[in-house]
Amino acid sequence: MAMLDINGLSKAFGGLRAINDLTMHVDEGEIVSVIGPNGAGKTTFFNLVTGMETPDDGNILFENQDLVGLRPNQILGLGLARTFQNVRLFPAMTVLENVMVGQHARTKSGLIGAIFNTPRHRREEAEIETRAKDVLGFFGSRLVGYRFDQLSMMLSYANRRRLEIARAMATDPRLLLLDEPTAGMNPRETRELTELIGRLRSERGYTIVLIEHDMQVVRDVSDRVIVLDHGVKLTEGSYEEISSNQDVIEAYLGRPAELGT
Amino acid sequence: MADVEATTVEVEARELLPPPELDLRRAVRLGLSNVAAMVLVAATGIVGTFQGRLIIDPFIPLGLLFLYMVAWAFAWLAAKPPTTLEGFAPAVPGSRNLVAGALAGGIGGAGIALLLVLMTNFNLRGIFIELSPQLADTLSFGIEVAEQEEGLFVVNVAATLLIIAVATAAGLAGAGVHLLAVRWRRALMPGLMWVLIFALFTDMIGQFFGGIGLEFVTDLLFASRGGPLTVAGAVIVFVAFSALYWYRGGRKTTLRQRFEILPAERRTRWTIGLAAVILVVLWFMPRVMGPFVSQVLDIAGIFLLMALGLNIVLGYAGLLDLGYVAFYAVGAYTAAILTSPLSPAFSPELGLLAALPFVMIAAAIAGVVVATPVIRMRGDYLAIVTLGFGEIARILLNSDWLSPYFGGAQGITNIPDLQIGPLTFRSPQDYFLPIFIFVVLAAYITLAVQKSRWGRAWMAMREDESVAEAMGINIVTAKLSAFVVGAILASFGGALIGSQIGSVFPHSFDIVVSITVLVIIIVGGMGSVPGVTVGALALIALPNLLREFSEYQFLFYGVLLIAMMLVRPEGFIPSKRRAQELHTEELAQDDWLEIYSEGPTAEQVPEGSA
Repeated sequence: MAMLDINGLSKAFGGLRAINDLTMHVDEGEIVSVIGPNGAGKTTFFNLVTGMETPDDGNILFENQDLVGLRPNQILGLGLARTFQNVRLFPAMTVLENVMVGQHARTKSGLIGAIFNTPRHRREEAEIETRAKDVLGFFGSRLVGYRFDQLSMMLSYANRRRLEIARAMATDPRLLLLDEPTAGMNPRETRELTELIGRLRSERGYTIVLIEHDMQVVRDVSDRVIVLDHGVKLTEGSYEEISSNQDVIEAYLGRPAELGT
Repeated sequence: MADVEATTVEVEARELLPPPELDLRRAVRLGLSNVAAMVLVAATGIVGTFQGRLIIDPFIPLGLLFLYMVAWAFAWLAAKPPTTLEGFAPAVPGSRNLVAGALAGGIGGAGIALLLVLMTNFNLRGIFIELSPQLADTLSFGIEVAEQEEGLFVVNVAATLLIIAVATAAGLAGAGVHLLAVRWRRALMPGLMWVLIFALFTDMIGQFFGGIGLEFVTDLLFASRGGPLTVAGAVIVFVAFSALYWYRGGRKTTLRQRFEILPAERRTRWTIGLAAVILVVLWFMPRVMGPFVSQVLDIAGIFLLMALGLNIVLGYAGLLDLGYVAFYAVGAYTAAILTSPLSPAFSPELGLLAALPFVMIAAAIAGVVVATPVIRMRGDYLAIVTLGFGEIARILLNSDWLSPYFGGAQGITNIPDLQIGPLTFRSPQDYFLPIFIFVVLAAYITLAVQKSRWGRAWMAMREDESVAEAMGINIVTAKLSAFVVGAILASFGGALIGSQIGSVFPHSFDIVVSITVLVIIIVGGMGSVPGVTVGALALIALPNLLREFSEYQFLFYGVLLIAMMLVRPEGFIPSKRRAQELHTEELAQDDWLEIYSEGPTAEQVPEGSA
């Protein structure tokens, strides 16, 4: 049984079919890349899976539970976390707070506990902080130390992307959806992140779906590649299969003009 | 790019760039603004109204002082050296600053002189009723303005020159502040400020010295009880306070620093001692200050309580609730119905203390009722809907339809005094303490919640609602809880004020209350407890203490709001993060310099195997 099983998923915005009858699956422990030209419906696909948009048709099963109709916070509670293509942190909160928010769904203490400063509340706060620092430590020295108390909007672009991944990690996901994690990074940072995506699986045991434009990253990390074009799954397979597939090349480069007809 | 690299080299060599020159064109522009401000002060009648009020007996009247204080302030602004940016040498104020100040002040004076000429030659009273001949007389410092003859255009040269000279002098004084050495400035400016405070709050100061049995001080400083300062009195106050600040400025460490280096055990002892002293002072303060000041502080406390509540709803959770007064009304009416024997429909005649849990429940229900329909709304829409709720609450309480329950326009009277065991709280002085306790409680709750799981959830929701939801925050619960906490704090305010005044009427709960509370937290500093406290004192206590200025209260509010938004959008005492948020460009520069001046950090150096 696949971890994520999607059947006949469709979503239209007015006359535009962003996702059209998409059927796919992700197995536990896999790293799957979703690629496709701009406007292929990749981000809409993420929005549908995480509940930020409601599909018109089809179902999304995560470990046999249908996600359609659940609120985003409930879906996160089940173990799906995501990052955003255009980094969306909480800008006026500190780096540490951003990550601590990630653990909201995994903790319980309420307002009453906070007001009376109960031992349970104190213990949980300490736990949240330790865990947040642990997650930030995953990125080496980049997001630790004095960075903890810096507002997230003061970070460099690459660090914001890292922080977004850290925030998603803090939610204890089993499936991590990364939306163009290397967009806007320089080649060195991209290489580093590629390696990090591998570590996310080997050290933390996440299953990962990522949207990516950088073919080198796709080649290096993915077990399987799914190609979307105009909301339709064009094909899927290993990177080697995909890269030599005529349909994929056409989707990216356009159909060669047929001479002589 | 070339520029950036050049600067980088400069910084690494620790060579400072010369500071930018003071912009005299800016001084002229500020002078023109000064004209507008000074003419406004004259035309709205502030000068005329307060001309009779002497600040220092016998020769400094408040009206003209106020007019030329405007010139002083604009000149101060014009002569202010630009902020020292890192990598630049600090600007040394000099004659150029004086020129800028004189320009800004003098141009303002020229504006007033022109106004005077216009007033003597044309009748402007059809538009500005306050521009009377008496005002002309005041503005010209009593120089007789020539009789106007038919067809002649009169310019009184002496008066014109005198006005410009005084305004220029005020400008020079304003600019001169920047030329003083820091220690002198920090001593003399507070000294002047205290003279002004003594002069404005004569009644209160007199009451205070009377209350602690030092009437002779009052007689020494003031011309009469409640009268203006004497010259000697002004000098005494100025010298005494300047000396105090001078002494303080000479110390190497602040009190706070000296406190912080104490061992933990002694620190706790000091904290407890300090708290005890504060409590004792607060216990006796209402008695010393008399019923009037206590009443004012009570009202300020009630508004502070509400502002702390709205601070959670707006400052933390980012929900712009313009109908906040509704919760205040719910608290006041619930308490009134449960305690007053004259409650029309249902009158259990509980004590206020016994009624408080029910007030809390009613407020929580009201919070849920308001929040439920607006769960999926954001920003402006939320503001409009809550505005509607606020008005609905007032209109319902006022309606004939519900008057069998709430008493309609007659309200509910005979609300009994607060009673705790054998203690009865009757006068405004008595009420100060319970109100103070509630305020402290609200401040504590605000601070405790800020650093908790829900505090973070609220802030995340404020920053980006959809992302907050995608990160596992239940938006429905988060919004409801923010509204409920805010509603409960406001309802306590309502219950206390109803019991203190002894009656509640629907007309006390109109939109102005919501707006005032909003202005308090914006001016004070959103999200910051000390800021909100200062805001409540500045906007509620001050105008009430200075009753003689009440005619111009909302004019001052407006000016203050505009000035704050331009100069200090983060509020008087902002929370640290909000200050950073609104001044990112400066911080960004600091960050950049930090990286380059300490040599390349990990961020810049490619590591082969990161």
